Amino acid sequence: MMNKVFKYVMVDILRNKIMLTYTLVLLLISISVFSLEDNSAKGILTLLNLVLFIVPLVSIIFSTIYIYNSNEFIELLVSQPMKRAKIWLSLYSGLSVSLLVAFIIGTGIPILLFEPDKSGFVLILCGSILSIIFVSIAMLAVVNIRDKAKGIGIAILLWIYFSIIFDGLVLYLLFQFAEYPLEKPMMFLSVLNPIDLCRITILLRLDVSALMGYTGAVFKEFFGTSLGILATLVVLILWAAVPLRISLQKFKRKDL
Amino acid sequence: MIKIADVSKSFGKLKALDSINLELNKGECIALIGPNGSGKTTLLKCILGMVFPDKGQIFFNDSDILKDWRYRSFVGYMPQIGRYPDNMSIGQLISMIRDIRQNENPDQDNELFNFFEIESILNKRMRNLSGGTRQKVSASLAFMFNAQVIILDEPTAGLDPVATEILKSKIHKEKNAGKLILLTSHILSDLDDLVTQIIYMQDGKLKFHKSIAILKADTGEEKLSKAIASLMIKNSL
Repeated sequence: MMNKVFKYVMVDILRNKIMLTYTLVLLLISISVFSLEDNSAKGILTLLNLVLFIVPLVSIIFSTIYIYNSNEFIELLVSQPMKRAKIWLSLYSGLSVSLLVAFIIGTGIPILLFEPDKSGFVLILCGSILSIIFVSIAMLAVVNIRDKAKGIGIAILLWIYFSIIFDGLVLYLLFQFAEYPLEKPMMFLSVLNPIDLCRITILLRLDVSALMGYTGAVFKEFFGTSLGILATLVVLILWAAVPLRISLQKFKRKDL
Repeated sequence: MIKIADVSKSFGKLKALDSINLELNKGECIALIGPNGSGKTTLLKCILGMVFPDKGQIFFNDSDILKDWRYRSFVGYMPQIGRYPDNMSIGQLISMIRDIRQNENPDQDNELFNFFEIESILNKRMRNLSGGTRQKVSASLAFMFNAQVIILDEPTAGLDPVATEILKSKIHKEKNAGKLILLTSHILSDLDDLVTQIIYMQDGKLKFHKSIAILKADTGEEKLSKAIASLMIKNSL
């Protein structure tokens, strides 16, 4: 039963032209970045910034619009003998898997071709997890907002918050409390933003972390250890699981 | 078969359902009537588990519908406006629903599907369908799985006279086969020779639930539409 709905969602999304464009754009960016940079570690760094920018944006906006457009589909299924949880999770896995496929083809394959080392793998892993996290966040936004225009607006705002505003706030805090040792609180703050967490994780795999000074050293002391990597992974998984869980709870009791 | 116990539902300030108590038994064809916005569709959606009541319970064969979703395999539903995924073809839609429901009801009832000649338009996408064709697809799906309860929300709206007659005779047949048919309609003349009981709602309140015979005797009118009209006038006075 689940497979049928999941399959339908998958086929529907993979036929979608936006998904195809997304894959091709990622592919184009990745290949050109690696061809332009003579040093492939620098290529990873450039790619990192693009991935952290584009992947959350496309994941959250595409998912939001797709779920709003599936309203009729959801309504139809809800009146059928089917668990609501199954409907919601099929939709979630359909979106996640297709965004993952697009990311892996668009960025994963070029990385494996040009820079198949540890930092490359970590970048693929981070991009994959970010794709899933922002599908979760989109589902949480949609289930709470009935109006499509408002919902898409909120999704964009959420992305701006995680990509831009959050960093601004962190910088502001840094300047305000410049006299205090902020390395430990900074580590805690980064947990509040999955994009930052991914950025730190990858930067520490590259030599450029030396440029981050004392903060970089403190970060490396924690995030560089296997315990740190495990903690990062747990936090990222929580970022995907918690919004999904809340949205599911809400969807089970939603009037359609 | 279906028991509604003290069900209330509000949407913001609007009270859509106000302490509704009803008992619906099989072998009946029950029409829900009332002005626009009187809560008919909300009541049907509550029975289908699409809308959750704020208060009260609904029982299907004595078990609470909120506790077990499986009762929906015994319910066929034709929505007021059939909203389907735009880029699905009729064939895909039907095969998906069949797949979801097949386990419970292996023997299928394709009578309406054949009468409406849906076979010939299986490849059409849902977005290209006219309102009437959508209604035909919805109706075929509602009856396809031999459900014990058939819920039809404004079934004849948008159907041409030929299709309306086909649907009416189907409803008649299924009622006689011992099913419970629950429908809403604005076109009272359509219901005359079909319906066995009337439920009249207004502003979310249940005004009355009577059998046709009693209703006609009470008002002294022969035609259903006139009987209802005379009651509506009496009620408003």
